[in-house]
Amino acid sequence: MNRTSAVPESHRRDDTAALASLNTATRGHARTARASDGVAGVPARYVALPCDTAQAAAVMTVAAEYEMTVLARGSGTKLSWGGAPASVDLLIDTSRMDAVIEHNAGDLIVHTQAGLTLTALARRLSPAGQRLAIDPPAPSGSAAQGTVGGVISTAASGPLRLSFGAVRDLLIGVTMVRADGVIAHAGGKVVKNVAGYDLGKLLAGSFGTIGVMTEAIFRLHPYPPAQRWVSVPIPNSRAAHDVTQRVIHSHLAPSALELDRPNSGHPSISVLLEGTHAGVADRSATMRELLGAGAVEQEIRPPWWGRRPWDDRSVALRLTHQIASLQTLIDALDAATRPFGFLADIRGAAGVGILHAVLPADPTTVTTITAALRAAAATWGGDVVILDAPADIRAALDIWGPVNGLALMRRIKDQFDPEHRLAPGRFVGGI
Amino acid sequence: MTNLQPAQGMVVATLAKRLRSAVGDNAVIDDHVRLRTYECDGLTHHRVTPALVVLCESAADIRAVVVICVEAGVPFVARGSGTGLSGGALPHADGVLIVTSRMRGVGEIDIANQRVVVEPGVINLQVSRAAIPHGYYYAPDPSSQQICSIGGNLAENSGGAHCLKYGFTVNHVTGVEIVTPNGDLLRLGGKAPDPTGYDLLGVIVGSEGTLGVATEVTLKLTRLPESVRTLLAAFPGTDEAGAATSAIIGAGVVPAAIEMMDALAIQAAEAAVQCDYPPGAGAVLIVELDGPHAEVEQQFHQVQQFCRDRGAFEIRVAVDDVERALFWKGRKSAFAAVGRISPDYIVQDGVVPRTSLPTVLGRIRELAESSGIRVANVFHAGDGNLHPLVLFDNSVPGESDRAERVSGAILDLCIEYGGSITGEHGVGSDKAKYMPRMFTDDDLDTMQLVRCAFDARGLANPGKIFPTPRLCGEVPGRRQGAHPLVEAGLAEAF
Ligand SMILES: Cc1cc2nc3c(=O)[nH]c(=O)nc-3n(C[C@H](O)[C@H](O)[C@H](O)COP(=O)(O)OP(=O)(O)OC[C@H]3O[C@@H](n4cnc5c(N)ncnc54)[C@H](O)[C@@H]3O)c2cc1C
Repeated sequence: MNRTSAVPESHRRDDTAALASLNTATRGHARTARASDGVAGVPARYVALPCDTAQAAAVMTVAAEYEMTVLARGSGTKLSWGGAPASVDLLIDTSRMDAVIEHNAGDLIVHTQAGLTLTALARRLSPAGQRLAIDPPAPSGSAAQGTVGGVISTAASGPLRLSFGAVRDLLIGVTMVRADGVIAHAGGKVVKNVAGYDLGKLLAGSFGTIGVMTEAIFRLHPYPPAQRWVSVPIPNSRAAHDVTQRVIHSHLAPSALELDRPNSGHPSISVLLEGTHAGVADRSATMRELLGAGAVEQEIRPPWWGRRPWDDRSVALRLTHQIASLQTLIDALDAATRPFGFLADIRGAAGVGILHAVLPADPTTVTTITAALRAAAATWGGDVVILDAPADIRAALDIWGPVNGLALMRRIKDQFDPEHRLAPGRFVGGI
Repeated sequence: MTNLQPAQGMVVATLAKRLRSAVGDNAVIDDHVRLRTYECDGLTHHRVTPALVVLCESAADIRAVVVICVEAGVPFVARGSGTGLSGGALPHADGVLIVTSRMRGVGEIDIANQRVVVEPGVINLQVSRAAIPHGYYYAPDPSSQQICSIGGNLAENSGGAHCLKYGFTVNHVTGVEIVTPNGDLLRLGGKAPDPTGYDLLGVIVGSEGTLGVATEVTLKLTRLPESVRTLLAAFPGTDEAGAATSAIIGAGVVPAAIEMMDALAIQAAEAAVQCDYPPGAGAVLIVELDGPHAEVEQQFHQVQQFCRDRGAFEIRVAVDDVERALFWKGRKSAFAAVGRISPDYIVQDGVVPRTSLPTVLGRIRELAESSGIRVANVFHAGDGNLHPLVLFDNSVPGESDRAERVSGAILDLCIEYGGSITGEHGVGSDKAKYMPRMFTDDDLDTMQLVRCAFDARGLANPGKIFPTPRLCGEVPGRRQGAHPLVEAGLAEAF
């Protein structure tokens, strides 16, 4: 299928009709796209802003009728992640779907629309002393963590992952609209529920290629009364491994452990302890001893905590690893970048096994380094993905690398979206 | 093979021969008497004798069996220990039952990575036993943990009393090797997080054996807590015990477990295991806190205060592991124990939002009174997962039907209050008929798209979860022929 032109020739003359249908579906909230609506250098044709699941389903029905390729956009903080879309006939802007449908504090659950930002959600939950323990790193110079829909689609996780799990572990219910406009739910409002297949697992990290997510239900956690960060300088990769091991095998139940290695500056590991005031005071003192010389306690987060180490002019690698292979991975990364005359900035959840490394936006450099890492990845048991890259070089890169089970993934895609109209090209193997 | 037509009998004989030559004579069972020992799982009133049983010893065996089934177009059902309570491992009369009980190898306890790789037939408790000497354990702890298998846990996404704090099986599996219903051996994930691509691992956990047979599982190990504190609180009734639960959770405490038993369940447990709970209790709560010593001590005082404030008339605090085990003994033996007070019973597994527990328990009481059927309640109070035990006597005409109706009405209540028909036991063959009460036809149809991608012919554990199978057929809607390069796998269609 040739998807490089936005709309098949036969449909171009239907422009006005398509836009009129989208406007009917959204009660007047559709328009032709502007240059700024383009995604990763790919121009969009129409933009529709449904306000709820029913409108989103009506929009998707129009999209099916006109054979439009479709991409959903939240606040746009992760649109540059993953593969560039092959085409975007219709951009579904979720910003009007920003409601908290239900916050049941007693049951520690929240039901939201997909366009709600995590920041707005946090504001809603804080009077009840609760939080959604998902903290994807914010872009440099901003506190924006994106929307519920975006964070699920990219399965982005941050420091809290160590103790609260990934997005999929906190997502207990979903509502989605299929490519053919059919609305489907899975899961529900209760944390414990094994009725039927858990489609939330499939949607999490699917980059919009399975369906358009419109609502989500999450499990919440109480906001801890006290928080403290204990940080220690890390002279080398060996020390990073040793400190990580000491912390994860301790009895101190850290909420998070982050490694930060700026190429200019002071590498360190910071451990977050949360709990009661007395408990945290006690545990951080013990943690300080455990971390040894140079360890300090702070009541405020380190300035880099929860932030992306890269910006929109650089390339970010997402490197997963077995916890105990941290040193092997860092050494392999350094060996791969050294011939190019630099050491990569590294930041990530070393106790989980997810690091981000920053490379310059030069296709040859990135390709050579990723190839070297992918060839050796079995030694640390993880994957090497190019998470984020400037639009102009993305096409030149192999974003995802090798994938196990790709044939099965293609069959899933074919079942959910037989015409390949949902975010085509964004995902593994060109899905 | 008396229950088979001659033609079918021949098919089975041929199949048996092929299986024998693939996995060895000793592994294949076709003797009717021996076959009958596999006719049900823990849900004993559903019985089907399988055509053949194969006792597999390796991933290669399982794969060989699946390949032979696929070639012959014969359904296959995986079985671990057969303790499932929803008829998930109920055999298919014309199919092969793949039993993993000979696959009980536990790999190296890899403490540095906090992982262990096990075979699917490994018993849940065996994993913790192997890890405890290293200061670690396997967190999901179904009450059946002394007998149920990790493969069964994976298929059911099993929980346990401690999943309130630690999560379910799905939160503790990081890798799986599986024979897909096409006969492919596929490895997903491992000791590192987040394998690239769709989260197939997450989809497979909890899919009740309908998406393939697990041949190896990588599990996360959890550090043993520094401190564990357990109390048993006796209340006049479930309302007071429920209020105490709400107070605890509302204060931001996340206990490792909060379990409740009502008077009838206590009576049964006393009769069975003499757990010696406080006399006169209308409900007991078992509350367990674990974690760093400094946190646990403070919160444990708080919890005791909440229980007292909400009407607990006796609170016992376990002084050591022996006493803790005693508290748990009554709770963990509760299902079997009702056998002491009733000849027959149905175990339900519905879930309600925790805050509606008091109302729902009240309505269950009304149901019991109006139908004359007794219901004992044992449940995971912290997360609203009820295990009503509907008691009846099969020898009394009409009683089993009435019990079945009460049981269905309880599930309706769960749905009415925004809950689920199953929290941990799975849908299986037992609750498939209730699925349309909880989900729309479109929801069920959409879930089955996954099934079609894995198993277009529906050979893996057919008849489970979904009341009506979806016809997968040809992938609809491809309006243009595929490009030759795409066909050849050299390029992507987009
Ligand atoms: C007294 C008692 C108490 C219980 N308490 C709990 C509890 O607290 N929490 C809870 O969650 N459950 C509980 N259960 C239910 C049951 O023990 C669990 O569902 C358990 O996980 C089943 O394991 P099994 O090995 O017996 O599986 P089986 O009953 O043999 O099979 C269960 C399902 O798993 C599938 N399966 C088995 N092996 C594989 C494999 N290798 N690959 C793919 N699919 C496979 C089967 O096809 C079937 O669908 C209890 C049961 C009893 C009898």
